[in-house]
Amino acid sequence: MHTNDWKSYLIKFHSLIALFLMIIVMMLLSDKFMTVDNFWNVMRQISVNVCISVGMTLVILTGGIDLSVGSILAFCGAVSAGLYKNGIQIPEFDLFIGFTLLGAILAGTGAGAVLGGFNGIMITRFRVPPFVATLAMLTVARGLTLLWTGGFPITGLGDSFTFFGTGWFLGIPMPVWISAIIVILAVVIAIRTRLGRYIYAVGGNEKASLLSGLNVKKIKTIVYIIAGALSAVGGLIVTSRLDSAQPNAGMGYELDSIAAVVIGGTSLSGGRGSIMGTVQGALIIGVLNNGLVLLNVSPFWQQVIKGLVILIAVIIDRISNRDSPDEVL
Amino acid sequence: MLNQNKTDTDNLILKTRSISKEFPGVLALDKVDLRIFCGQVNAVVGENGAGKSTLMKILCGVYTDYTGKIILDGKEVMFRNPRDAQIEGISIIHQELNLIPNLTVAENIFLGGEETDRFGFLDRSKMRSVTLELLEKLELDINPTVRVSDLRVGQQQLIEIARALHVEARILIMDEPTSAISEKEIDILFSIIESLRERNVAVIYITHKLDELFRIASNVSVLRDGKLINTSPIDEVDKETIIHSMVGREVDDFFVKSTLNPGNEVLRVENLSLLRSAGSKDFIVKNVSFVVRQREILGIYGLMGAGRTELFETLFGMHPTISSGEIIINGNSVSINSPEQAIDAGIGFVTENRKDEGLVIQMSVAENVSLAGIKQVESFGFLSKKMEDKLADNYKDRVGIKTPTVGQIVDKLSGGNQQKVVLAKWLITDPLILLLDEPTRGVDVNAKNEIYQLISQLASDGLAVIIISSELPEILAISDRIIVLTEGKKTAEFFRKEFTEEKIIKAALPDQYHLYLNQ
Repeated sequence: MHTNDWKSYLIKFHSLIALFLMIIVMMLLSDKFMTVDNFWNVMRQISVNVCISVGMTLVILTGGIDLSVGSILAFCGAVSAGLYKNGIQIPEFDLFIGFTLLGAILAGTGAGAVLGGFNGIMITRFRVPPFVATLAMLTVARGLTLLWTGGFPITGLGDSFTFFGTGWFLGIPMPVWISAIIVILAVVIAIRTRLGRYIYAVGGNEKASLLSGLNVKKIKTIVYIIAGALSAVGGLIVTSRLDSAQPNAGMGYELDSIAAVVIGGTSLSGGRGSIMGTVQGALIIGVLNNGLVLLNVSPFWQQVIKGLVILIAVIIDRISNRDSPDEVL
Repeated sequence: MLNQNKTDTDNLILKTRSISKEFPGVLALDKVDLRIFCGQVNAVVGENGAGKSTLMKILCGVYTDYTGKIILDGKEVMFRNPRDAQIEGISIIHQELNLIPNLTVAENIFLGGEETDRFGFLDRSKMRSVTLELLEKLELDINPTVRVSDLRVGQQQLIEIARALHVEARILIMDEPTSAISEKEIDILFSIIESLRERNVAVIYITHKLDELFRIASNVSVLRDGKLINTSPIDEVDKETIIHSMVGREVDDFFVKSTLNPGNEVLRVENLSLLRSAGSKDFIVKNVSFVVRQREILGIYGLMGAGRTELFETLFGMHPTISSGEIIINGNSVSINSPEQAIDAGIGFVTENRKDEGLVIQMSVAENVSLAGIKQVESFGFLSKKMEDKLADNYKDRVGIKTPTVGQIVDKLSGGNQQKVVLAKWLITDPLILLLDEPTRGVDVNAKNEIYQLISQLASDGLAVIIISSELPEILAISDRIIVLTEGKKTAEFFRKEFTEEKIIKAALPDQYHLYLNQ
């Protein structure tokens, strides 16, 4: 009985425990790790991944996947930057529409929501598997980014734009504020609203959800819209931090995001997992990245180690859920 | 019991000694001693749930956790998997099709036993020619290179048979092989069975169609409630005695229903039909009409494949594009194109398979109970855990869910308690009509009686209840009226005072229904 409790705590908090172990090891190995500067450095670095991964968690909870987050991030960052800097000019009609900072940000986020909604419609109305639909969007959105930017970065955005990526408010970096607010909103939605409950239900048993009168298509579409919009927010942070919208921004971000979700204990088959788990997953990846750099580990080895960490996380998760029904075969 | 003359004993190839098999809460087989003779067609009959398929799955190595012995050629054998049974020469043609749709006919027939040439590559021409020979033997005009998915269901069934013949089994089990094939194909099948018999193969033949027995069977064994009732040579029995053996059970302290006075008509269904698929001319449900009143329990009986579940699904708006007919609730014609609309119209649907369709098993009791009516536990747009737990607690007491707390994950509950959670889920939507599909399947005897009480109580509270059950005693005990479906059509309707097990099973047997229509 007693050992059982001990074990179940170990399993329940395995990602937190792993995080603390990593922090302790890093403290012993590097004196640069436990400094205030490095702390905010790590937090700033993971904030983009946290934004994206919150959306990814909701998608994966419904049993889906979104591979297009990195490309949507790049497109939306470029849209915001371009609109803010240049507005819309149509010389033929002698037309110029200027954008305020807020307008540009809303337009960029809206573009993310639209692309996410497109994913959702492909998946629910045309029954394209999520993997394929969002893989297509990965390419489409990247292409749209290149079209919008002409292949060149949009730079020189000004202080008010870069405030979101580099500024501080009440002693905390802006990207950390943004990602923290998103996390809090998402936790409330997931736990305290009908939508959140429906997301878990659809991922847990789609047929039972449908038979309970849930509008499964609508719920799925909404999570892809949220994922697109949150990718756009990530794009805003990236663009603002670099003072530049890069056409190749966000490449490979979908993998870091899926890794954070999986390490955080969310099941890829849906229905089981949590936003806070994903935050822990993102922290683990962030600390690992940071630590490996501080310890001068070769970038080649960094990739190998990151991959192994993902595997170990999933294996622990599988062991702790051995009695779940999808394990029968 | 079977005459024990000398030839029979010589021909005994397989026998089971005291085989029992338990599923959670149900004893599916109870000390069965079956004897199978080579050179004979050994028929096995019984109602749905009598244990026929379970017994066959044990004989061909699918189920390994049984008690008792299988004795083959006088030696005890233990099959760890279907492959072991195949090695011993036991083959089965399953009731459900086990072909791989995307592979060709030849690829399916050789699956797992592919012919290779001397370089280790697949010898496709050889496999094709062997397949062609087999198909010719079956008088089938099918190209071996055609994909199985392009064949009709009946043809697919015959491909299954061809595959089983190819293996050259000593014991060939056929589980309702004629359920999906035409008259002509049945004739071909029977002549093949005849030639197998002459080649001294032991055929085990499971069927619902009693007329077939007298065409091909050598002996017939009747299973009922997991017990082997008797085995007789075919010339010593007739249809009446077989039916009697199939249903003739004692009605011991079974649930006794109190009679209620039905109220107003709640649901009227006119000519409800459902196509097999879009563009198909094949009906799964055809022109079914009935009414249900307040405080009334309508039973629907039918054998496997009679279209019972599909009837419910159609009513519940799950097949809007391939169904037709009129649904009238409380005098108003309603259009139901989704489960959402069905729930709004006042219908609740307790599905047959609660784990796949009824519950989100990793969620708690409270979360499952509130799923279809979650708006009731919202305040200011947020879910209130307090309201949800309170609601779930109320219904927990009302339907008698035995769980320490409503926060318990439903996966950990027993089958009967899970079923009560599903019932509670529908009750909070305050339905007018409750559809129950096999509500006591996989539920132990005590919980069964509780569920009967509950259903009765719900009816007396004013609900109109429609219940599907494969268990005759159950449907007889609980229904005020019973309609019988056969191959998608309504073939009979009985009031409580006139129904008996024999009348109902006769109406449900496919080769009997025209007889009833003519009455």
